[in-house]
Amino acid sequence: MNHWLIAPIAIPLLGGILQTFMGYAPISLRRTLAITTSVLVLVASIVLVGLADDGSYRVYAFGNWQPPFGIVLVLDRLAALMLVLTSVLAVFAHIFSIGGADEGNRQFHTLFLFQIMGLNIAFLTGDLFNLFVAFEVLLIASYSLLMHGGGTIRTVPGLHYVALNLVGSAIFLIAVGMIYSVTGTLNMADLAVKIPQVSGENLALVKAGAMLLLVVFGLKAAILPLCFWLPKAYAKATAPVAALFAIMTKVGVYAIIRVYVLIFGEGAGELASAGMNWLFPLALITLSMGVIGALGANNLKTLIAWQVIISVGTLLAPVALGSEAGVSAALFYLLSTTWTVAGLFLVAELVAIQRGSAGDRIVTAPKMPHRTFISVLFMIGAVSAAGLPPLSGFFGKVLILKSVEAGPQMAWLWSVLLVGSFLTLIAYSRAGSILFWRTIDGHIKPPEPMKGVVSVSTGALIGLTVLIVAFAGPINEYTVATAAQLFDTSAYTQILETPMFGGKN
Amino acid sequence: MELLFALVIGTLTASGVYLLLRARTFPVVMGLTLLSYGVNLFLFASGRLSTAQQPILGTAENYSDPLPQALVLTAIVIGFAMTAFVVVLSLRNLADNEDDHVDGCPPAHPANSKQEQEETGK
Repeated sequence: MNHWLIAPIAIPLLGGILQTFMGYAPISLRRTLAITTSVLVLVASIVLVGLADDGSYRVYAFGNWQPPFGIVLVLDRLAALMLVLTSVLAVFAHIFSIGGADEGNRQFHTLFLFQIMGLNIAFLTGDLFNLFVAFEVLLIASYSLLMHGGGTIRTVPGLHYVALNLVGSAIFLIAVGMIYSVTGTLNMADLAVKIPQVSGENLALVKAGAMLLLVVFGLKAAILPLCFWLPKAYAKATAPVAALFAIMTKVGVYAIIRVYVLIFGEGAGELASAGMNWLFPLALITLSMGVIGALGANNLKTLIAWQVIISVGTLLAPVALGSEAGVSAALFYLLSTTWTVAGLFLVAELVAIQRGSAGDRIVTAPKMPHRTFISVLFMIGAVSAAGLPPLSGFFGKVLILKSVEAGPQMAWLWSVLLVGSFLTLIAYSRAGSILFWRTIDGHIKPPEPMKGVVSVSTGALIGLTVLIVAFAGPINEYTVATAAQLFDTSAYTQILETPMFGGKN
Repeated sequence: MELLFALVIGTLTASGVYLLLRARTFPVVMGLTLLSYGVNLFLFASGRLSTAQQPILGTAENYSDPLPQALVLTAIVIGFAMTAFVVVLSLRNLADNEDDHVDGCPPAHPANSKQEQEETGK
């Protein structure tokens, strides 16, 4: 058993508990400890990527219970990739928050760290019920983070978000109950073995469970009929929180990839690809919907919140086609889009601070200070998000386009994705030109000087898109290997045979 | 027993969903609570309904499955915390917007307000 697996969960847990009791300590001490914790999580994630890169599965069985009887954490390439994605994002969002966004609530850092912990549990767990628990941990932290900063504007979107997700949790439990009642197990590896053996009248029950799970993951990922809560909630959240939330929809995408490749994948007999033929059209409609929203957005944060929905549609379309190349391309795009969108949320906050009362509304206003720096960051982010060369969004989209086989699905995906990207570009150019070029004469109250941590973290997060291009080769090799590992489900189920007692692996 | 159990779950869930779709926060909170009761009972039933059985494999022909009870306990604890949070949030909504409508303020219906005016006018 490898004890590194517990590190990405234990570090933020301990750091968060420490923060809980430090509410009245000087803020500089709290900030130092909080950032240290985030950085330690990043270090642990990088160690785990190094471990996972050899292509084997590592299991951490709590209490040394032999799976499938106990809860296990499973580390594979996908989990490690998601951990790094999250912790890099979290570190920069966290650094941004110490620029002043963490004031006003003594427990901001606690909640932030618990949010990271919930995300890490969700990525590492190998148990369906534990995935539910992970969702609840990250959700309850996100409920409070969403309300951070106070003000009446956040109450109503927060209430909608909480009520919707509570219903989502109820549906998750029903789905888990249905699947458990037939298979008698919730361990993912064991489910992958047991689901193909389901027959007769039980098939319908498990299929209903699978579809309900898709609804829950769809709600988390914000695919079309379940996405209307997102723009309001994300646009109203404090900037570092909105940046961190860029990963929240990706948890839904991750769960869909994990569950529908491993458990209801091609090897699932009668239940193979249950619900996946629904997902492809839904993903494309989500993408179109996001583009329409982005075109109609009247402030920058709403525009970027719709970009989150566009990303989800773009990610799920190749995943729904169920090919190895599609999943690999989606994972590459996942890295690029998550960091870029999070960076754009931070840029929007910089714009809002600099423009005084005009805020981030897309209207003409007097020239803002630091115009060059902010506009360059915005341009890099927008180019990457819209998918223009030479930045990483372009490579992600090219990989997705290349991954589909010729046929009607290819025609649909190519046309929707390309037209969508073009219209997204229009939305960004409109916003950018109004915000940065079409200025009017006038006087705005000079804002406080931009803090170093704020500009550095925003620049770094946006700059990651350039880094992805520079290391596109190794990253692509990694995602290809990840997809290959994912589709080789027989290797995953081997963890059931790993002896736990005194076993070393 | 099965029929009674199923009816109870069905009633709880149906009432929960109905209340959830109301426009005021109090019924919504009640709806969420009822829904979670229904779900908890449903989870409990996923281990099959049996009485006077042992929870140990091999000791009897039929055994009662202890795992769903563990799942239900977890779900109850989480549901309790979430309910507490949503209650506080609803109160906050009431205080912030001086209205307990789920959208902050009730949507303006020109037809309704006209009717009300007429009614109050008379």
